[in-house]
Amino acid sequence: MTMWTPYRQIITEGLWTNNQAFVALLGLCPLLAVSNTLINSLGLGLATTMTLVCSNVTVSVLRKVIPSEIRLPIFVLVIAAIVTAIELMMKAYFFELYKVLGIFIPLIVTNCAIIGRAESYASKHSPPKAFLDGLFMGLGFTLALVLLGSVREILGAGTLFSDAALMFGESAVSWKVVLFEDYSGMLLAILPPGAFIGLGLLIALKNSMDFQVKLHRKVFSVQPLDKGNE
Amino acid sequence: MRAGFLRSLLMAFVLGAFAVVAIGMVTWVFNASKARIIENERVALVKQLSALLPEESYDNDIVNDTAHWVEPDLAAGETLTIFRFRKNTRPVAVVIPTVAPGGYNGKIKLLVAINNEGVVSAVRVTSHHETPGLGDKMEIERSGWINVFKGKSFKTLPESQWKVKRDGGAIDQFTGATITPRAIVQAVKKTVVFFEANREALFLPEPIKD
Repeated sequence: MTMWTPYRQIITEGLWTNNQAFVALLGLCPLLAVSNTLINSLGLGLATTMTLVCSNVTVSVLRKVIPSEIRLPIFVLVIAAIVTAIELMMKAYFFELYKVLGIFIPLIVTNCAIIGRAESYASKHSPPKAFLDGLFMGLGFTLALVLLGSVREILGAGTLFSDAALMFGESAVSWKVVLFEDYSGMLLAILPPGAFIGLGLLIALKNSMDFQVKLHRKVFSVQPLDKGNE
Repeated sequence: MRAGFLRSLLMAFVLGAFAVVAIGMVTWVFNASKARIIENERVALVKQLSALLPEESYDNDIVNDTAHWVEPDLAAGETLTIFRFRKNTRPVAVVIPTVAPGGYNGKIKLLVAINNEGVVSAVRVTSHHETPGLGDKMEIERSGWINVFKGKSFKTLPESQWKVKRDGGAIDQFTGATITPRAIVQAVKKTVVFFEANREALFLPEPIKD
């Protein structure tokens, strides 16, 4: 146990072991609605991360003055104000992306992962830890969104990075990768059922990876014992 | 009892204070970003409108040269904002925002540009909820179908022929969908009818409202 251990734990929990989308299954409403292309996914993921960081830090700073009886309405108030501010700023500085994601930004308010982190983490820990938790929970959520978005875009349209210019400016027009020429598209992947099926498959993949790792560890920890018995 | 009441009052006060601070913050961001947002929306509108007509064909301030119309048939009861294009103050064309109510999945919003002779010069879809991959071929980015209207007027194509081929008209539908093209053709036709009926009045200076 070094002094960095708790921080490392926050990072692995956010990105993997307690990933809000793959493990906690929170925030599915925006996750499933927006993840039809990689760029849309990245846009919503980063907006969610920013909301999480701001709300976690705010809640953590104020945790000693927020009376526990009314903490939930206050969290809701804080989150709603932050999301509204982010929406306005996106409209001012990333207008093209706002036109694509616009209707989903207010939906971040309904992402239970955000109030979930405020209640279960930020209200009990110091601002630096809450900041890190918000950042990595948000990045973990973004990772899930981007993976799902990539899978759906590849299967659904046969491309990757289409519309990157919405986020990265005119120079990103050439980023678009066409993976299959003359691909007629797979409708299922773009439609909402494709999002559910895709998410299910990704969760299955993650679980089987975790299972393999566990099995691997067991084999290694058992071997020396076997040798001792010979 | 008394202590409980005081505690509740305190809680209400704390919650109220949080609300006031939150509203203050949002108001500040709103005011700070307002000018930029209005400018972004104006630029986006200019971009959308100027794509409909060749740049050299007009020289007026298209965003502010508008006429407002109440035409329940065209915009589902909403007031239409019609944009007018002029060159040397002479009428060139109008852009009429139209709603096609009968899409496969709800309303399809269109911009129809009609020149002064009643010829459609361009049609663009601005928003829709049609099935991706099937009904979205009316987007200019996906197929050139929407250009079938270009150059058509009631002189070159009689009013009764403004239907998709499946309905006995003269306009091609596109593969994979009939309902979407049918809705768009009907809406464009209605817009041309509206233009023919109001041709003179559409270019009149708008009375200044109080």
